[in-house]
Amino acid sequence: MEHIQDIQELQASLISLFSALDDEAAGENVTSPATISLDHVRSGANLERLCRPEQLPAAAGILDDQSFMLESITGVDRLEQQEFELWYDFIHTGIPGYRVVLRCTLPREEAELPSLCALYPAANWHEREVFDFFGIRFADHPDLTRILLPEDADFYPLRKDYTP
Amino acid sequence: MNLARQHYEETFVLNLGPQHPATHGVLRVKVTMDGEYVIKAEPVLGYIHRMHEKIAEQGSFAQFMPYTARMDYLHALAFNHGYCLAVERAAGIEVPERAEYIRVITVELNRVASHLLWWAAFLLDLGGFTPLLYAFDDREKVVDLLERVTGSRLTYCYFRFGGVCHDVDEEFITGTRAFIERLRKRLPTMYHSLVTGNIILIKRIKDIGFISREQCRRYGASGPVARGSGIDFDVRRHEPYSVYPELEFDVPVYPEGDSMARYMVRMDEIEQSLRIIEQALDKLPDGPIMAKVPRNLKPEAGSCYAAVETARGSLGHRLICDGGAKPYRLKLRSPTFSNLSLYGEVAEGMMIADALAFLGSLDLVIPEIDR
Repeated sequence: MEHIQDIQELQASLISLFSALDDEAAGENVTSPATISLDHVRSGANLERLCRPEQLPAAAGILDDQSFMLESITGVDRLEQQEFELWYDFIHTGIPGYRVVLRCTLPREEAELPSLCALYPAANWHEREVFDFFGIRFADHPDLTRILLPEDADFYPLRKDYTP
Repeated sequence: MNLARQHYEETFVLNLGPQHPATHGVLRVKVTMDGEYVIKAEPVLGYIHRMHEKIAEQGSFAQFMPYTARMDYLHALAFNHGYCLAVERAAGIEVPERAEYIRVITVELNRVASHLLWWAAFLLDLGGFTPLLYAFDDREKVVDLLERVTGSRLTYCYFRFGGVCHDVDEEFITGTRAFIERLRKRLPTMYHSLVTGNIILIKRIKDIGFISREQCRRYGASGPVARGSGIDFDVRRHEPYSVYPELEFDVPVYPEGDSMARYMVRMDEIEQSLRIIEQALDKLPDGPIMAKVPRNLKPEAGSCYAAVETARGSLGHRLICDGGAKPYRLKLRSPTFSNLSLYGEVAEGMMIADALAFLGSLDLVIPEIDR
């Protein structure tokens, strides 16, 4: 795919590509997630996309086509809502400072979502880290083992109900 | 790739580290070998993991400040800076101009020190001892200068939300100018003519450890590793922060993608950092060094991302606040964690000696990977 070099054009193109993802799922009668434009000065990102877990590989594929780089995956434990939240930060390698965030929430019990390893090898270690700290599982991950904590650890330290 | 490999039918596992001088700390690499050739290299992390992200959630925003320097101890001020930027962005704090300039001067001095130490350690890995003495001689000058303003020599805790904690004095400024002049004289003579053109060095690092542009992008590599593979990506230019837009500097990019390219990027960056420091000293305005910031910070609920360029690449903080006095979640995206993740793929098929030279060219700081 041709890489878009203009920031407004890229923003518009991503918004329309993301909304196409929702059209595919429109028949399934689920509330459509949203794409939000952000102020870079305040939030450090330009675009935020709320995804359902199963939409994640497709959304990341759109960013891969436009030469984005996966910077980090942040897990968050929302204990009160009984949910986990995941933030994927992508930065464009050509257009200065253009950052897109993919966000998804999943239930705290039996948390599992698709892995991005096939698209972005960078996701391999970042997903292992999220698994290590939160116990969130990534389907089809080639080696979902603990990365920073000892292999025999039986706790997930960044869960809010864990006390050291 | 070579005939020699076919003669070996047995493979064996070589355990490199966690206590090994070439791994610069406590990195362990599980290498499957076929004779002298690497079949599979698998970095094993976590030997110095301290769970900084949990520590951040336990105390107030300011209480996490000293910990930031304990991650990348070689470029500690950049970690100070990154965390400050994230909190200042979340709380909407404006930093006075003089403080911004002081931040840039000290961060760049620290970057020079970091690159000098990398240079020394890298050549030590390759078997050259003397360069270490030259580099430490110069690095000592930087450390002395930074000790003068920050009070410490390695793990600085100098930045505050809204500024810096001490002002610089006249002696620091004249000392820094003298250091710039000294290093500029020594770079071509003692560094480049002694080492860079040396045939032994060239044989060890030229055309070895090739990383492609696409590999860098897919693995999320940044800093000199990405710039050595032709990606023009420097956070100071790409996503300007502090007063970098007001200062003139070049971003060295080498398209070759081998260890030599990464070496040259770092050597050129030393010169560019000196250029930045010199301009910042010329422009250093008068004024306060601290903004008025409430003692107990309580940024409103929300999330923000802030990135800075450390000596090793793009450091990101994703900070999620819930309106309380403690960070709800602080994610540290450390540059070498991503940079090292491509090691397994690239080291495959290399000779063990080359694999170690390649490991050195990535400029690893283990506490920053393990956090």
